[in-house]
Amino acid sequence: MGDAQVHALREMDLSIASGEYLAIMGPSGSGKSTLLNILGCLDRPSSGRYILDGRDVGRLSDEEMAEVRLRKIGFVFQFFHLVPRLTALANVELPMLFAGVPPRQRRERAAAALQAVGLSARLSHHPPQLSGGERQRVAVARATVMGPSLLLADEPTGNLDRASGREVVGLLESLNARGLTLIVVTHDPELGGRARRLLRLVDGRVAEDRAAAGSSSVAARTPGGRAAADPAPDIIGGG
Amino acid sequence: MGPADLLQYAASALRGHRLRTGLTLLGTAVGVTAVILLTALGEGARRYVTQEFASLGTNLLIVLPGKTETSGMTPFMGTAPRDLTLEDAEALLRTLPRVRRAAPLTMGQAAVRYLDRERKTNVIGSTADLLPVRRLSIAAGRFLPEADSERGGPVCVIGRTLQRELFGAVNPLGQAVRIGEWRYRVIGVMAGKGESLGMDMDDVIVVPVASSMRLFNRTSLFRILIEVSAHEQIPQARRDVIDLLRQRHDGDEDVTVITQDSVLSSFDRLLRALTLALGGIAAVSLAVAGLGVMNVMLVAVTERTSEVGLLKALGASRRQILGLFLAEAALLSAAGGALGLGAGYAAAGLLARLYPALPAAPPTWAVVAAVALSVGVGLTFGVLPARQAARLDPVLALGKR
Repeated sequence: MGDAQVHALREMDLSIASGEYLAIMGPSGSGKSTLLNILGCLDRPSSGRYILDGRDVGRLSDEEMAEVRLRKIGFVFQFFHLVPRLTALANVELPMLFAGVPPRQRRERAAAALQAVGLSARLSHHPPQLSGGERQRVAVARATVMGPSLLLADEPTGNLDRASGREVVGLLESLNARGLTLIVVTHDPELGGRARRLLRLVDGRVAEDRAAAGSSSVAARTPGGRAAADPAPDIIGGG
Repeated sequence: MGPADLLQYAASALRGHRLRTGLTLLGTAVGVTAVILLTALGEGARRYVTQEFASLGTNLLIVLPGKTETSGMTPFMGTAPRDLTLEDAEALLRTLPRVRRAAPLTMGQAAVRYLDRERKTNVIGSTADLLPVRRLSIAAGRFLPEADSERGGPVCVIGRTLQRELFGAVNPLGQAVRIGEWRYRVIGVMAGKGESLGMDMDDVIVVPVASSMRLFNRTSLFRILIEVSAHEQIPQARRDVIDLLRQRHDGDEDVTVITQDSVLSSFDRLLRALTLALGGIAAVSLAVAGLGVMNVMLVAVTERTSEVGLLKALGASRRQILGLFLAEAALLSAAGGALGLGAGYAAAGLLARLYPALPAAPPTWAVVAAVALSVGVGLTFGVLPARQAARLDPVLALGKR
């Protein structure tokens, strides 16, 4: 490669409708993580635009990006990323801490979120005292407690045994069924196959974008194309 | 997020590393303790000296012959200073209502003999007023009689050292000692006062002033010690004394009047400066403790990189991350400061118990400064690591494990 600049993503024109269930697959280095970071407002595209709910994220300040992550986006990571010294309840309270929710309300909402993922008996446990599946469910509770419109899961089952993995996937799908847009990045073909839309990346390009049987309302856009469904995450890239 | 949330989160982070937190606390605490203890020592020394002076009487004026300010020029002007005389002392006492007592003072050295024993000692000539003016007290017998100073009978009062050296076990009262040609009857022994501002008041013999002037063949006084009626009247009394003596000395102001206050305040200034210097030296150790805080915080940021990444992903703004780490640094140094405060007070208290003569107590300004400095130092040295945390790229930070 003679180029000084390496583009992780190229010629991408993608729109994702609200309430969609999308899996992103592809080999290592195919640009999955970069795409996820851009979708999650953790990173800005070096060129091109990312329109989320009608706002051009690339033009937002760092503070505004943080605000978008706080209010609109939930993350679930492969390695859970719980703060080990905080209880399950305190971990779920964290985003509300940054949103300035008063303490009592914070505790109530966190407890409710943990109850929703079936962990009402584990509120005061610390992460090391929880099983992998339980930890990931705490992470899901934390990701959803602020009522985001987009949930991003990066290999959510990558560090779990099959049974726990299935549980967590069931949890994520039930959230999607209630209208939350769900995007899963995975190596696991079985998990990828469950999504209603599958995006396969190779060398930073969309190699395949197919709707699972019975799914509707999804289409890959060629450059210049524009998503119809707004408000929705919508990425338009070039490079 | 409110201050309570910040502190709670910071406290949880600090609890996670008890040993490291403890050692950093210790560093700050030692710094604060040093400031408090050293300034307490300086303050103790200041109070000790002040009390020593107060024991001499704070209403004291000291008149000395010669005007110190113009001494270099005087001979050429042809106005050599006149002597202070016994009449001057009597005039001061008689004429000035603000002068309650005036003790004329002569000083000399002579050999004092009792039988075959002899000791060279300080001979003070004065009047009965010396006893109250210098706050002296009598152990046995009585002091010089209240009589016309011109007459001055052949009596003397001796200090304890002189008593021990000359008389041993013999009761000195009523015995006769010789100074040169003159015989004096011992009528009293002074209670021990020890070294008092450069003069050993135990190794001394006090005789009536007129008698001492004959003894040393002098007409002039060494000093006049004046006790003013009230402390507030000192400045006015000082002017009165100068005016009266100028009048008596043909219009020349040829005496110097030192107030006890002026001597006291120069010592006071000196010792305050000493305290300040000691505090400054101790403050250096506080600054070093600040470096410790910075070191710990830098390690904390490095160690918790992925935590910072997570907090950012969850929606924490830069300012909030900055606040979290600053709160941690502030908490660390404030807790260290509080610890040092306790230890400092305890150490100063112990010192005051061990050496009751030295009233060691940390001055308020030093306590306030030590605590403010420790928190200030913690915050200052916490800024760099906190900014580093706030600037972390969330993507890279999350990737680190």
